[in-house]
Amino acid sequence: MKLSPATKNGIKLVTGNRTVRACLIILSGVLLLSLIGPFASRHSVEAINFDESLISPTFTDGRVFGTDDLGRDLFVRTMQGIRLTMAVAVVATLVSLLIGVTYGVIAGYAGGKLDALMMRLVDGLYAMPFIFFVILLMVVFERSMLLIFVAIGAINWLDTARIVRGQTLSLKRRAFVDAARLTGVPSMRIIFRHIVPNLMGVVVIYITLTIPQIILFESFLSFLGLGVQEPQASLGSLVSGGVDSMEVAPWMLLIPASFLALILFCFNFLGDGLRDALDPRGDAT
Amino acid sequence: MTKFCRNRCASEALRLTLVFSALSLLALTGCNKTAEQPFDNTLYRSIGAEPESLDIHTARSTQSSVVLRDLGEGLTGYSASGVVVAAGAESWQVSANGLEYRFQLRTAARWSNGEPVIAEHYVYSMRRMVNPDTAAAYAEFVNEIKNARAILSGDLPPQSLGIEAASDFELVITLERPVPYFLSLLTHNSTFPIYPPSVEAHGAEYARPGNMISNGAYTLDDWKIGSAISINRNPYYWNNVSTSIDRVLHLVTPEPTAEANRFRAGELDITDTVPTESFAQLREEYPEQLRVAPFLNVYYYGLNLTKPPLRGNPELRRALSMAIDREVIVDKVMGRGELPAYSWVPPGVDNYQAMQFSYANQPHEERVATARRLYEEAGYSTSKPLEIEIRYNTSDVHQRVALAVQAMWREALGFEAKLINEDFQVLLANILAREVTQVFRSAWNGEYNDASAFLSVMESGNASNLPGYNSEEFDSLMTRAADQMNPRHRRLFLEEAERELLSDHPVIPIYFYVSKHLVSSRVQGWQDNPLDYHYSQHLSLIPRQAN
Amino acid sequence: MLRFALLRILSAIPTLLFVILTAFLLVHAAPGGPFDAERVLPPEIEANIERTYHLDEPLPQQFVRYVRGLLHGDMGPSYRYRSYTVAEIIAGAYPVSFLLGALSLLLALALGMFLGLAAAIRRNTMLDRVLSAVAISGISLPVFVIAPVLVLFFAVHLHWLPASFASTSPGTRFVLPVLALALPQVAYIARLFRGSMIEVLESDFIRSATAQGLRTRAILFHHAIRPAVLPLLSYLGPAVATVLTGSVVVEQIFGIPGLGQHFVSGALNRDYTLVLGLVIFYAVLIITLNLIVDLLYGYLDPRIRYR
Repeated sequence: MKLSPATKNGIKLVTGNRTVRACLIILSGVLLLSLIGPFASRHSVEAINFDESLISPTFTDGRVFGTDDLGRDLFVRTMQGIRLTMAVAVVATLVSLLIGVTYGVIAGYAGGKLDALMMRLVDGLYAMPFIFFVILLMVVFERSMLLIFVAIGAINWLDTARIVRGQTLSLKRRAFVDAARLTGVPSMRIIFRHIVPNLMGVVVIYITLTIPQIILFESFLSFLGLGVQEPQASLGSLVSGGVDSMEVAPWMLLIPASFLALILFCFNFLGDGLRDALDPRGDAT
Repeated sequence: MTKFCRNRCASEALRLTLVFSALSLLALTGCNKTAEQPFDNTLYRSIGAEPESLDIHTARSTQSSVVLRDLGEGLTGYSASGVVVAAGAESWQVSANGLEYRFQLRTAARWSNGEPVIAEHYVYSMRRMVNPDTAAAYAEFVNEIKNARAILSGDLPPQSLGIEAASDFELVITLERPVPYFLSLLTHNSTFPIYPPSVEAHGAEYARPGNMISNGAYTLDDWKIGSAISINRNPYYWNNVSTSIDRVLHLVTPEPTAEANRFRAGELDITDTVPTESFAQLREEYPEQLRVAPFLNVYYYGLNLTKPPLRGNPELRRALSMAIDREVIVDKVMGRGELPAYSWVPPGVDNYQAMQFSYANQPHEERVATARRLYEEAGYSTSKPLEIEIRYNTSDVHQRVALAVQAMWREALGFEAKLINEDFQVLLANILAREVTQVFRSAWNGEYNDASAFLSVMESGNASNLPGYNSEEFDSLMTRAADQMNPRHRRLFLEEAERELLSDHPVIPIYFYVSKHLVSSRVQGWQDNPLDYHYSQHLSLIPRQAN
Repeated sequence: MLRFALLRILSAIPTLLFVILTAFLLVHAAPGGPFDAERVLPPEIEANIERTYHLDEPLPQQFVRYVRGLLHGDMGPSYRYRSYTVAEIIAGAYPVSFLLGALSLLLALALGMFLGLAAAIRRNTMLDRVLSAVAISGISLPVFVIAPVLVLFFAVHLHWLPASFASTSPGTRFVLPVLALALPQVAYIARLFRGSMIEVLESDFIRSATAQGLRTRAILFHHAIRPAVLPLLSYLGPAVATVLTGSVVVEQIFGIPGLGQHFVSGALNRDYTLVLGLVIFYAVLIITLNLIVDLLYGYLDPRIRYR
């Protein structure tokens, strides 16, 4: 896909911003560690060893993060947790973007009655207690990772739809869209060639602000016991498991919680930094 | 451009906001005065989850029963050590054939409004219990009272129940078959008397603060759903003089770790449980306060006997059972003094010698070898592994046990069981539908001290027979036991029935629970007992010592 | 303005119906019923209960019965707490939740606005970065970690504050739950307020006010804060939702008899009527709050005109 000038400009700004750069480096470092780390360990995610339970972090035998109460290696479990948490966050965000952008673009581009109707529906959906619907969804359908992805994504598209619609409304009135329409370019083509690429900036900021919310929501589900199925682990499930042992085995809480905090921290900073960088009025460098 | 503003504005804003936050913090902590308090004769005890009802007939949870034992009183009750003693009845006679019970009631017994408790109130209550419209949870407890079954299924009117008031203070109950443990059934809250005017006036809402008239040592004061049920001393209770504690708060604490923290902060006198994760630490911190005792409750894995691969395959079921190292689960996974379970009926049941699996005394290596042989004979191997799912309801403990069992099966038999964690209602629905479940977690709690409290569950017609066990041999042994007048003969039939049950492996018992509580040193009179019943009226408080 | 409000209220009715229907279908689609327990009821008893609660009727009939009850202001009996009606349970629980939520939002607003203001005024200085970092760390840990840590520290070890709501000191029992609920909100509010404050401070009318030589305090408090508060207003709607999610955890840990716990336990226990009652309560709450926010917006921002 050809990048619009705005997007190119954005990328340049982004890589130029110090905070953003630092956050990106940390995040990709963590992700890289979680991808290759497990290969460096000879322990597996699910192996239980009662003779080696509750080992505090040590360098002997590669137990750098120690073990949990069932003697499972916390390093590989934390690494798996990072991968899973990131995957949940990314996929859920993509789902919410897919729905939200499509919905918002259609509403904004169509305008008039359809727009009004669609936005009423969004207002209506805002009135739904979503925690509750997710819990019920988890109960109705057998819990699966896919469902967690989709459920979380499906509850998060409302904001996206609103923002995208607003942007589309203003883009629609711009000269280059008018020109395209007058020369007979079909609507679909206008939407995908001219409008969607110009939404990228907003969408990118939005992604970085949505991801931490989704990560927190996933950990909330884990706390309720509605998250991932054992023996799989997410950072949320590791943290909620570690909370009960925080005095007996503090590392069971501290290690996954630090990674969780680090990831959330970076995404939040990234979002702030990106907003500053892409904001034309900003004076950040 | 806003530079000029920076310093002064900032300090201005800083000052104002600081004042504001300080004020709000002050408002919050304003009442934090640790002045010497007068002796508080209130017991703070925890009941775990929220009880759903205090209606003696529709209440189903153990939490409800804990509260109801303080509020009401049946014909009999339990002493602090768990022995059946006279309560609402002063004395009784049993006919020679064991079918007729004649109770003399206490003339001093009073409701919490001062009215006397009379025999008619017991009759009213029992009829309400078997009335199909009440939909009482424990109606099967009185199945053996004359006509109870027919009334429950709607064939006879409730008035035909075999219970009558011979006078205001004499009650006669007639049974269809002798029930050796009948007196212990009468301790249960569903057999308590009920105050008819209150039920007539309020219906199902009689069991609410303001409406409830009770006959026990305490009366219902308030119920804050999600937080606490508070009860106050009943001044009319016949034995009020020996009640020591004035007020009891039954607190809701669904999270064991939060519960332990509340005990440590001095806000709870008695906990409902002790968390596995920090058990060792708490034992060290509170050696005197930690009370662990055997308890009539078995934790088991049920097997769905109505679907392959477990249907008609007792040798495979035996292999699965043998491959589980219960000692490791008890020591390493639970670690709170639980006992490994090699039988269905827990040890410590009166008039009964608990049976055991034939392999109970073999070393684990031998068991694994046999299990592997049986597994292979059933047609499975590493190249053609058994595909099976373990379902359990969401909970840390169940998850840990499931992970351990999965690992043991992997190691001993070389197959990978799939773990499925469901919420309780889903699990139960799946178990009862008997379609998708294969191996499932469950537990059974003996609500009276008799082997039949456990064995009758496995009879083919019992609603709680979760695996769908259906053995003519077992059923007929149970019927013959029930028909025995002689307790020794009855016992032999029950023991034979359990032996039959164990050889069929419809369930894999894993461990026997222990009751575990942290009991503050200011609580006096606590005695461990196998039913884990602790009436507040048997306890007393002394002024708090330094923690 | 009145017409606008009326229109909004009218348009909320189909929304509500839609919400109720979705919730109704979902709870009934969930496996297991409200009366299932480990001690399984004999079939005849189970059938009796179902008849009593009309659960044996076909779903459409049950739905119509429910909505008809609603029109008469009746949300039905709770299926789990069988001596109570849903209305009574909600009426008993919401004051605590509201108080808890209001206190924590107030605290969060105070702290968040302070942090945001300080950061905005000293934009791009060390202070700004430190404050941002402090604020963001508040949303970097889940409430179910923050709350037990607070309990362990202040209640178990220091014995300063009560560990639970059922404690005997009624004044202090709010402190830890309020803190646990407020901390994550502080971060959001601080970030929002910083952003909008910067925008306002750079706007033309503040510049001209400065040029006219008005005192800084006057500028800040009479001209800048009012417009800068606007984005916070629209944040309050979602904040109520977040506070509610947080309160599920906080209420469980501190044993608070509020609404949050019922959101989870109602769904898990299949207490159909309680679930529906809560959904309606929540939806009405959100719709009302959004309406108030919109009206306030109009009041605070003269540029907005209602058609």
